[in-house]
Amino acid sequence: MKMKTLLLGAVASFALAPAAMAERGEDGNVNIIYWQAPSIMNAYLSGGTKDIEAASIVIEPLGRYDPTGALVPYLAEEIPTVENGGVSEDLTSITWKIKPGLKWSDGTDFTAEDVKFTGEYCMDPAGGCAQFAKFDGVTSIDVIDPLTVKVTFATPKPNPYGPFMGNQSPILQKAQFENCTGAAASTCTDENFAPIGTGPFVVTDFRPNDVISLEANEYYRDPAKPAFATVNFKGGGDANAAGRAVLETGEFDYAWNLQLAPDVIAQMAEGGKGVPVAAFGTLVERIEMNMTDPSPSLPEGERSTVAHPHPILSDFNVRKALSMAIDRELLVEVGYGQAGRATCNLVPAPELYASETNTDCIVQDIDGAKALLDEAGWTDTDGDGIRDKDGMKLSLLFQSSTNAVRQDFQALIKDWWSQIGVETELRNVDSSVFFGGDAGSPDTFQKFYADVEMYANNFDGTDPQSYLSQYRCGNEPKPSSQWQGENINRFCNEEYDALLDELAQTGELDKRGVIAKKLNDIITKDTMTIVPLVDRGRVSAHSNTLGGVQLNTWDSELWNIADWYRID
Amino acid sequence: MTNPAPAAITALADKVPSKPPRSKWTDVWHQFSKHKGALMGAAFLIFITLAVLFGSWIWTLDPQKLDIRNKDLRPIYTALWDGAAKVAWAHPLGTDNLGRDGLANLIAGGRASMAVGWAAMLLSLFIGTAVGVISGYFRRLDGPLMRLTDLFLSLPILPLLLVAVTLFRQPLRASFGPEGGMFVLIVAVIGITSWMPTARIVRGDVLALKEREFILAARSIGTTPFKIIQRHLLPNVLSPIMVSATLGLATAIITESALSFLGVGFPSDFPTWGKMLADAVPRMNDFPERVLLPGIMISLTVLGVNYLGDGLRDALDPRIRGR
Repeated sequence: MKMKTLLLGAVASFALAPAAMAERGEDGNVNIIYWQAPSIMNAYLSGGTKDIEAASIVIEPLGRYDPTGALVPYLAEEIPTVENGGVSEDLTSITWKIKPGLKWSDGTDFTAEDVKFTGEYCMDPAGGCAQFAKFDGVTSIDVIDPLTVKVTFATPKPNPYGPFMGNQSPILQKAQFENCTGAAASTCTDENFAPIGTGPFVVTDFRPNDVISLEANEYYRDPAKPAFATVNFKGGGDANAAGRAVLETGEFDYAWNLQLAPDVIAQMAEGGKGVPVAAFGTLVERIEMNMTDPSPSLPEGERSTVAHPHPILSDFNVRKALSMAIDRELLVEVGYGQAGRATCNLVPAPELYASETNTDCIVQDIDGAKALLDEAGWTDTDGDGIRDKDGMKLSLLFQSSTNAVRQDFQALIKDWWSQIGVETELRNVDSSVFFGGDAGSPDTFQKFYADVEMYANNFDGTDPQSYLSQYRCGNEPKPSSQWQGENINRFCNEEYDALLDELAQTGELDKRGVIAKKLNDIITKDTMTIVPLVDRGRVSAHSNTLGGVQLNTWDSELWNIADWYRID
Repeated sequence: MTNPAPAAITALADKVPSKPPRSKWTDVWHQFSKHKGALMGAAFLIFITLAVLFGSWIWTLDPQKLDIRNKDLRPIYTALWDGAAKVAWAHPLGTDNLGRDGLANLIAGGRASMAVGWAAMLLSLFIGTAVGVISGYFRRLDGPLMRLTDLFLSLPILPLLLVAVTLFRQPLRASFGPEGGMFVLIVAVIGITSWMPTARIVRGDVLALKEREFILAARSIGTTPFKIIQRHLLPNVLSPIMVSATLGLATAIITESALSFLGVGFPSDFPTWGKMLADAVPRMNDFPERVLLPGIMISLTVLGVNYLGDGLRDALDPRIRGR
């Protein structure tokens, strides 16, 4: 007994020792490299993961998801549920209780007014909020008292954790952003580059598409954290250089999303300065079909808008044939190895929502694709090797971001498509521009001035409802919304929208699973609007001297940066 | 007994030229052929130009053809020191990670790089010479044209190219096709941003030549300015023009490589030397040849061109020639 007590005491003192000694800023500087450089620090004005993750160091939501997909309170006291009374019995409202004593990094108090303001900021129709889908169905946000805020939905919300939960929905400070609502949102450069936040770090210098300097937030709620005094957040370059900087030379401590060929990563890891870490989430590399006409002959403002349906890709048989010609297993082998698996699903996880019967696309079928095109009337009438119909050639512009694996994929897919008589022109755009969301650039993935494009996307959290509702009719990027919006394909399907409404009113988990699978099947195998290719595990790398990293595929990778520390 | 002709008379006889007088170009060639580096540079340049032009008729593999079963082959020479290396005579320079043939890519890539180089060089030469001669000869135009030159000198070429790619890619693609449009764009931008040194050198020479007696003589008999430029000035400034031309070719090839390396420029499946180099960097440790081969081709071409320029300068300068 005595021995046990002694041992327990020893264990406890060991466990507590670092915590007791820990002091804010004692570990100096941490170097993070994101090879896609952040161009804004406001998650509401950018669809790019890089911007959202960079912002997650500074601005925080009320709750986050941990690496297992469970909900963790951050600014809230606890996660509201029906059991603890936070969610109303009829599922139409959720009441968040905020931790008392929270302060913004400028020293002012964090109140429920800020939460309410953030909701209004995003729901302003003129603002073009990139996370609008998170606030789907919200009718009002009410401040009950300075530490309590109540979100009311138009219909019962079985998953009320859309607003203010996860890295895509952090809280902005009302005092700072008050004059930046609506159409003025994207013009508030100072605010968008250096938001005042509650997170462990504050921005001291922001250079768009280059470097962000941050220092520890002196008003951070845990006086012992963060362990690092400063963060040097470098953006730009490419995945290869980022991987080398962490694994081989040790110049950086953390490299995000190393989308590199498996043999390349393995070789870098032999450098011995760091370790690659991997986890599977919901990230799916996919080909998106443009349902609208991107032809440059259309006047600006009408290109790639619903006013003009796509002359070729509106034909379901063409989309289906394009998908059939692809050998997904080979793509996995060439591009991802252990860190990828072939998929036909837009929602590959969690299990409850993954449509496991949708596997027909895995087997490549060139002959079937040819037969399908023949049947649909696409034949090679002029003998140039390219199919045509009614004077239109089966010729596509295929764009993606600049990345070695993506260019390999493009080359392979172009080859397969040429085998079924489809001509493909390849184009690659620098990642910072492609995912930058700049309404003035013609090369963003939202503008989609191409016929098909390839990139990867995922959803945070474990519930795919807001992810699937991105493809609601009308949510497409368009000139009137400053080209913001998530319905990249300009997909419009009544059945789909009706099912979305049904999903939004269903509370039972099993039923939700059934509907979500149906939605997934409509947008993938039934209409081939989205052609999933590879379910990608995420590979990042951290140096051997960086501790506390927990790779999270359900939220920002930097979700627990406050807990990171230096191993001597 | 015969008397020999007096020796003095033979000595007094006029010497008859044993062969016709050497032309200027023979002299130039004579001087040029003494410069070994220039000869080798010229020979290599001619070889590489012919190889990229006609190589695809001899080596008929399609550079874009994917052959995934034969991916990651090493060049045939690696078998010399590494018996276990994966090599095949069908692909003497190996294949890349998607099974595209190395040799075919080198030929096709060279064609693009050389075409860009030559076209951009000719364009910048034309603009540079025109601006230089006009501003040197016509005093009134000198000021404005030289300020324009200063303006262009201050333009940074890479950012300018990036902006131009964003702005003009779409219209050019519509009229010339994806590769053709990019070719026109790159050639135009390199040409437009690299004529200034030529213009300055030519202007300086023209300013000096203009005051010489033979120009005065030409003018006094009523020769028009255009004829003076054509007959008297241009032939005399030929040597600096030739030299800047060779340097311009090298710069253009390097700029195109830099652009491809950065991922703007030609479509990703259109090989150029710069792009091959960029694509190969991640696997440099395992497959050094994929970086070395296009790298060596760029270096040798640029080096060859520089030596050629060096030799031409010596050969074309009458003061150096014959020494």
